[in-house]
Amino acid sequence: MNSVLVFALAGVGLIGLGLYGLLVQRHLLRKVLAFNVISSGIFLLLAGLARRAPGAEPDPVPQAMVLTGIVVAVAATALALAMMLALRSATGRTRLKDHGDED
Amino acid sequence: MAWLSLLPLAIDLVLALTLLWLAWRALTSPDLFRAVVLFIALGLVLGLVWVRLDAVDIALAEIALGAGVTGALLLAALAKLQPAESQTDEVAMMAPIALRLPIALLLIALLTGLGLVVWQLWVPAPGLSNLVDARLDEAGVAYPVTAVLLNFRGYDTLLELAVLLLALIGVWSLSTAPHLGDEEPEPALAALSRLLAPLMILVAAYLVWVGAYAPGGAFQAGSVLGAAGVLLRLSGWRLSLSATGWPLRLVLVLGVAVFAFIGLAVIGFGQPLLGYPQGWAKPAILTIELAATLSIGAILAALFIGGRP
Amino acid sequence: MLVSLLSVALLVAGAVFFLAGTLGLLRFPDVYTRLHALTKADNLGLGLMVLGLMLQAESLAAAGKLLFIWLLLLAASATAGQLVASWAQGKGIAPWRG
Repeated sequence: MNSVLVFALAGVGLIGLGLYGLLVQRHLLRKVLAFNVISSGIFLLLAGLARRAPGAEPDPVPQAMVLTGIVVAVAATALALAMMLALRSATGRTRLKDHGDED
Repeated sequence: MAWLSLLPLAIDLVLALTLLWLAWRALTSPDLFRAVVLFIALGLVLGLVWVRLDAVDIALAEIALGAGVTGALLLAALAKLQPAESQTDEVAMMAPIALRLPIALLLIALLTGLGLVVWQLWVPAPGLSNLVDARLDEAGVAYPVTAVLLNFRGYDTLLELAVLLLALIGVWSLSTAPHLGDEEPEPALAALSRLLAPLMILVAAYLVWVGAYAPGGAFQAGSVLGAAGVLLRLSGWRLSLSATGWPLRLVLVLGVAVFAFIGLAVIGFGQPLLGYPQGWAKPAILTIELAATLSIGAILAALFIGGRP
Repeated sequence: MLVSLLSVALLVAGAVFFLAGTLGLLRFPDVYTRLHALTKADNLGLGLMVLGLMLQAESLAAAGKLLFIWLLLLAASATAGQLVASWAQGKGIAPWRG
């Protein structure tokens, strides 16, 4: 049991919580939050798996990937939020249409 | 005192549990504002975790972007939603329990499997560290993460800058920038941003420079610049109209343009695409990083403002 | 030896102030008193911690950077406290009178 493993498993947990939120929550802003939690979990898992060798200095390749990933996640979040606002001003809704919904 | 050696593990366990608890609360809190604030707190704790994992670069980006800029984006979107958002809507905020339960069970099964895989994979693996170290002398910079970003995996970084630009084009095509009223900003905030904005520009320049041999580089510097832009916007500052035309667009595309130009130009010297000639790596990387920093900062601030000017 | 002892003492004292501030945040009755607990206790707590860490710094430049972090935090937390308080006042939240 070491610290890196703890964080990698926490990353798995974050992926799970995020997926649950993404599937279960209906408000689009909450789905954006869930999507961000998933990406944080994936980053933790990726960086954790890259640090399995104890004591050595961290592997720079996954670090660089996570770094670019964080920037891309912010850009995707901004686009998703802009799309949510556009949907709201077009239809007045902040959720996707379900099969049961009348419109 | 054998228990002292267990102390770091105990702290990390507390950090990991805090992460999971914050994520759970952020995703299930009935109040949207509370959910967003909890999400920002999650980003800050995640920054601490990155420091514990010796990934200072990621910690910098996580705090500035994951917590800072993402938080500002979410709060701004929430403020635009708020007037019409009825509170009673929250009753039906989740899928019905008959659907939630099987989803939860399925995910628990899936994640237990994933967790077991991680557990079994936990044998020391060499990774790519040795490969990077072996070629670091030719990279032009002494810091491995910067070498990977700007040299060994230059493709990824170039395409990632293009993704940022595409996201901004998407946002711009959805709406036009809202007009700011003439209301006076909070005086304390205005004073703080007058103090911080020049400092943040200085810090960004320092981060680009130090990235050649220590944690830092274009992404962290661009994040700091973008955060400075968000702060300036919040305190009522705006770009003069004459600058929102082609000067702004030039800054936005500068990073991709300079990176692509240098990447293509080296072909003329008999190199592969994005392969810097011997001895030219350092000036090439520094030029690209400067251009990329300006573009990343400008794009992040423009994403926050939202909409084409 | 004496220096590291002093450093540890300052760090522990800083942690005590953080604990007090957090307790105040959790237990105080309204937004204004909570702000009072947070901004005062945490600023002082971080100041003590920075002082303790400066004693262990490897160079003068590192010590200067640490001090700088504290000064930045003072400016930021003063502004944030003022913003939250004026927002609460604008909402018409009356201060607690116990």
